[in-house]
Amino acid sequence: MARRRPRRGGVPVVSAPPAAIGGLGVDDARTRARAAAETRQDTVFRLVLASSATLVLVVLGAAAISMLWGGRLAFETFGWHFIVSDEWDAVEHRFGAFVPIYGTLVSSAIAMVIAIPVSFGIALFLTEIAPAWMRGPVGAAIELLAGIPSIIYGMWGLFSFVPFMAANVLPWVDHNLGGAPWVGALFRGPPLGIGMLTAGIVLGIMVIPFISSVMRDVFRTVPASLKESAYALGSTTWEVVWQVVLPYTRSAVVGGIFLGLGRALGETMAVTFVLGNAHQLSTSLLMPGNSIAATIANEFTEADSDIYLSSLIALGFLLFIVTFIVLAIARLMLASLARKEGR
Amino acid sequence: MSRATGLRYRRRRVTDVVAKVLGVAATGFGLFWLTWILLVTLSNGVQALTPRIFTQDTPPPGGDGGLANALFGSLEMSLLGVLIGAPLGVAAGTYLAEFAEHRPAWRETIRFVNDILLSAPSIVLGLFVYTIAVRPVGHFSGWAGGLALALIVLPVVVRTTDETLRLVPDIMREAALSLGIPRWKVTVQVLYRAAAPGILTGILLGLARISGETAPLLFTALNNQYAATSLNAPTASVPVVVFQFAMSPYESWHALAWAGAFIVTVFVLLLSVGTRAYLLRNRVDGAA
Repeated sequence: MARRRPRRGGVPVVSAPPAAIGGLGVDDARTRARAAAETRQDTVFRLVLASSATLVLVVLGAAAISMLWGGRLAFETFGWHFIVSDEWDAVEHRFGAFVPIYGTLVSSAIAMVIAIPVSFGIALFLTEIAPAWMRGPVGAAIELLAGIPSIIYGMWGLFSFVPFMAANVLPWVDHNLGGAPWVGALFRGPPLGIGMLTAGIVLGIMVIPFISSVMRDVFRTVPASLKESAYALGSTTWEVVWQVVLPYTRSAVVGGIFLGLGRALGETMAVTFVLGNAHQLSTSLLMPGNSIAATIANEFTEADSDIYLSSLIALGFLLFIVTFIVLAIARLMLASLARKEGR
Repeated sequence: MSRATGLRYRRRRVTDVVAKVLGVAATGFGLFWLTWILLVTLSNGVQALTPRIFTQDTPPPGGDGGLANALFGSLEMSLLGVLIGAPLGVAAGTYLAEFAEHRPAWRETIRFVNDILLSAPSIVLGLFVYTIAVRPVGHFSGWAGGLALALIVLPVVVRTTDETLRLVPDIMREAALSLGIPRWKVTVQVLYRAAAPGILTGILLGLARISGETAPLLFTALNNQYAATSLNAPTASVPVVVFQFAMSPYESWHALAWAGAFIVTVFVLLLSVGTRAYLLRNRVDGAA
């Protein structure tokens, strides 16, 4: 026991310990050896941890490079036409990604139109309206939506939601909105059930928990003194939220929205079930379409030529770049609130 | 109060009430979908659930059978994913929380990239693993599937480990270091013990996330009508079988797909709810 002298972690004992003066040179050597061994162990440990952390960086970089490499045949062959052409012909080996890109953007846009106001409403409910005992359980239930695997959304969508839309909603949409000026063409079409509008709604439901939980969390960070001051001046709950809470949390709210958008853009299985896998461009939201992720999921195992496979991987590369940008914006916006909190 | 202010006051009250009603309606809207999706999945799943599901392999088109090979494949690949992803994630998270104080820019870069990886589309990770682990080898395999799942577990565990370790009070580190214990021992024997519930939560949440993952397995493990003899062969998994069977025109396959969907949903929800409850209890107990 007496041999154990306090040491700083990892720093070898350099000065001769008092015990050595008493002629206990063996102990001294043992202590030095042990200190040296512990320093080595610390170095190895640190190295293992540091390389694991670097691996996170490597994975993301390697993913981008490997997909660019896998898609190079498509990019070389078609050039810019790959992005602007709407031709997708597996027999003639001509591939253009405009239809899936358009489908991804439109279905995500519909999802955001639904998810943003609903998520805001839920966050409002969970932070200002609901009685305290209700906030925990209801918040947990909404977050449960995020836990349901996307394949379940897909099956439910295909077997329950699509027939429901075809029977009840889409005929109404076609009848009442189809004749509207300007936007009428968007809502005209046969009530197939599958299509852009259905996919957009399912996507919207899927991203609601992500956006609403960010909104709720950042709304809670607003200092009580700010809100109480506004209430003391006679503001209503709505005025406090709209004029105090929302301006205070604006950047993080936008960050949460972009986080949801990133999810919507890359969502695969649910969309694959309800979008219809049709490589055709149509102005109507009631018609089947395709998205980048759904195209890859549907056709990957059928790709029978190098250029076909390369085109699908190139699609994956485009999706990666777009979601990377969207998610990077989301994180930067969210970080700006964290900084404000830290100050 | 003049007439004008009275009107204005009333308009403000009305706006407030309308906003509150809409807030309640939005919450109801969210809960409505949750209820509908769960009801459909549970009712269809319970009907399709038979003992055969667990004893027989997936049938040929239109035939009868079970999901035994898919369940086993899912189990294998999920375990592989956790076994690869969790240690790496814990190590990386420990680095960020404990060993990167001298390189703040590097640390923040990794945190930023990890956050992006956390929300990145899983289909992209599947394609990545395809290009590094399937194409060079020439065939789909359970190993590649496990690797793809590991890449999904990794960022979840990195994040939770990082966050949990940062919550461990500095006084613990100082007390341990002042006894002369080397840093790696302080980390492994003191900090990990204090942070264990949080780290375990991260690993279980990662497991919950990969149990329902479909897209990355389509390009890596593919599918297999029979029980795979080794992870070197294409391997069936419940989500991929559900996808394939649900998209098919056969009624018997649809029933099996519902059974698979039921098993996946119940497993994932129990795991995530149970994990959160466990964390909550430990947090309450642990708070001194």
